[in-house]
Amino acid sequence: MTNTVLDINNLVVSVGKKPGGPKIIDGISIQVRERETLCLVGESGSGKSVTSLTTMGLLPKGTLVPTSGSIKLVGEELLTATDRRLRQLRATQMAMIFQEPMTALNPVVPVGRQIDEVLRAHTDLDARARRKRILDMMEQVHLPQVERIFASYPHRLSGGQRQRIMIAMALVLEPKLLIADEPTTALDVTTQKQILSLIRELQRDHGTAVLFITHDMGVVAEIADRVAVMRQGRLVETGPLETVLRNPTMEYTRNLLASVPSLVPRPPREESREPIVLEANELGKVYKERAFFGKGREVVAADKVTLTLRKGRTLGIVGESGSGKSTVARCIVRLIDPTSGGVRLAGREIADISRRLLQPHRQKIQIVFQDPYRSLNPRVTVGESIAEGPINYGVAHTDAMKRARELLELVGLPADAVSRYPHQFSGGQRQRIAIARALALDPDVLVADEAVSALDVSVQAQVLELLDEIQKRLGIAILFITHDLRVAAQICDEVVVMQHGRVVEQGPAAEVLTHPREAYTKALLDAAPGRNWDFANFRPVSEGVVATL
Amino acid sequence: MLGYLVRRIFAAVPVMGVVALFVFLLLRLTPGDPAAILAGDNATPERLERIRASLGLNEPLIVQFITWVNKLLHGDLGTSLISNLPVMKMIGQRVEPSISIALCTIILAVIVAVPLGVIAAWKHGTWIDRFVMGLSVLGFSVPVFVVGYILIEVFAIDLRWVPVQGFRSIFNGFGPFFERMILPTCALSFIYIALIARMTRAAMLDVLGEDYVRTARAKGINEVAVMMRHALRNAAVPVITVIGTGFALLISGVVVTESVFNIPGIGRLTVDAVLARDYPVIQAMILLTSLIYVVVNLLIDVAYTLLDPRIRY
Repeated sequence: MTNTVLDINNLVVSVGKKPGGPKIIDGISIQVRERETLCLVGESGSGKSVTSLTTMGLLPKGTLVPTSGSIKLVGEELLTATDRRLRQLRATQMAMIFQEPMTALNPVVPVGRQIDEVLRAHTDLDARARRKRILDMMEQVHLPQVERIFASYPHRLSGGQRQRIMIAMALVLEPKLLIADEPTTALDVTTQKQILSLIRELQRDHGTAVLFITHDMGVVAEIADRVAVMRQGRLVETGPLETVLRNPTMEYTRNLLASVPSLVPRPPREESREPIVLEANELGKVYKERAFFGKGREVVAADKVTLTLRKGRTLGIVGESGSGKSTVARCIVRLIDPTSGGVRLAGREIADISRRLLQPHRQKIQIVFQDPYRSLNPRVTVGESIAEGPINYGVAHTDAMKRARELLELVGLPADAVSRYPHQFSGGQRQRIAIARALALDPDVLVADEAVSALDVSVQAQVLELLDEIQKRLGIAILFITHDLRVAAQICDEVVVMQHGRVVEQGPAAEVLTHPREAYTKALLDAAPGRNWDFANFRPVSEGVVATL
Repeated sequence: MLGYLVRRIFAAVPVMGVVALFVFLLLRLTPGDPAAILAGDNATPERLERIRASLGLNEPLIVQFITWVNKLLHGDLGTSLISNLPVMKMIGQRVEPSISIALCTIILAVIVAVPLGVIAAWKHGTWIDRFVMGLSVLGFSVPVFVVGYILIEVFAIDLRWVPVQGFRSIFNGFGPFFERMILPTCALSFIYIALIARMTRAAMLDVLGEDYVRTARAKGINEVAVMMRHALRNAAVPVITVIGTGFALLISGVVVTESVFNIPGIGRLTVDAVLARDYPVIQAMILLTSLIYVVVNLLIDVAYTLLDPRIRY
């Protein structure tokens, strides 16, 4: 019989100290045992992070307050523990790693010293013993050249390396409980795979209980022993991994699983004979760093990228961060100037014409950005934001506003949203507004730069559906930039796989994503979390193949 | 780092060159005869001719400029029209009081204001925070001469703890220097404490929301270490900027304080020169002030690179 490490019982967290305030967490109970990984799954706002921060005692003081219930760590009550006792328990009994390895480390302190701080605070070891232990731990998380990294500042390390440092810091004192709050969400798939297997490996070696928070069903399928699904501060469903994925009892869980885009590409559409609207020919972008003395540095962000896009089709550019996919998109839209090659938009070369000459062509290509929270001006009404483009091109204000209303209805929002401000909308709604803004100019090409990456899966599914519908109605061509192969599989006709600024492989999505020819594409597909599960059909992919045979 | 320093010093040369040119043209391009301006209203024709000759005003402009810069580089800033002393010497006498008061003020302000700002940010929203911010509003709004006269009244006249005014060089003994420095330093530091405390608080509040502060807390280290080691160092860049520019402002003259406490500093020298249209002194003061700002900015940038390893030039 294994021991219960974390026992959360009927926990309630409210806003403010007064009773009767809104409840952020409403009576959740979960247990995590030794050597077990419990995945806490839910969409944004479900309260999964608040649960973990309450456990660590790291809630912002005074704003969120646990009002009832209990949290026991190896039998010890945490909610009534003093600040001093909580400090003692952190890192020694319970430790936490966070979502953003880029910002979770202090930028002005070498990483070795940041780990050292844990040992200095909780042990009496002398400097040499501490250093030895840190280097040993850094090797356990498979960091290369540990001596060098020990003395490095965070900005010298990659995202994966920083997350390894965070893990080393969390586990150096062998805590009983590790809370991992979306630890791989900000990482590339191949790095994500490595970090997930590292957490598994260390858990096996140290017997740690892991509370793993994620919104990604793929990750759940990879790492969970048991799953707890949360929604709006309540526990929806909990059970062993297989049971929850195969036979979810609750409607919400079923919908959540059904929204996960499948890695199996959608059936290919017929070959298109429509005219080509966008062509990039050997497009290149080199960043030059000028130096005062000596030679400057050159960074090749995109190298000889060639692609074509026909009317009414969707072309995906997939790749990991730093692969140059966004650079290509921005060169094509001429937000940045390419250093070589050409871009033909509706038959007109636009790669090297001046900004002034470019102006009439701008309306033919429009872009939707990743983060809907930052891409709309918060002080301008939604209607004005949408109408601004047409007005710049000479449309009368009243006509442009009328068009804005129509467009809002087209993207599934009420027409009276024109007079409201962006903060009154959710992330998914804002992305719809961003799409409406882009469509206001009747573009031939819509560039979607990671346009659904910041959205929850259920919202993501709706936005993807919207893009599909708009394409059918308006015959627009879409250039879809994404790091998510699942999304690419569901929306793209053709895909271009990029790595280090180069095109590795390109072809029909159904072909490239099922029978990749290049090793890199294979590695990418192989690293996609939960690739063995067909979530929407509640069965492993292998069973699906058998069933269709 | 060294290469960066050398580059920055080289980059300062054109800046100073432009300033020098401006200062040079100040006299030459003002309408009327520069010699007449220099000589003042009641000059005799002989005196005018003498000045014209000594300035080389009969030479072409470019020759005049080269001669002037050459003199400048040899430390010859001309002669005061009022006192007939070399300008260099006049400034030399005034530099020590100004530097002393600037240094004392900035040191006192930093020692008091940074902890105040840190505590206010740490206890954000509590009465401590409001108290510190209230003090800071007070510091901003009470004029320095009011504080100065109150301090003189209480500590120099009523209690007789320190002399009323004046300045003694530190080279003539620390005691007399220190007694005369306390009151002006306190009076002057009021506004700088307010400024730096506010800046520190704002910068700390920004940083306290960062993920690495949460990480530091998750490590179980105590709050003092979280504040000092993790938050303050990251909040330091804007604070250093304010301290640096504040220091430059102080050194280039604090007229009111110098007047209240009768300190022979640069500020009063400048005001006297402007009122008396003592052009050579004005020119020298402009040059000196720009030089101070260039040097202080260089020091600030160097401090950035020391504080934040990500900043590389």
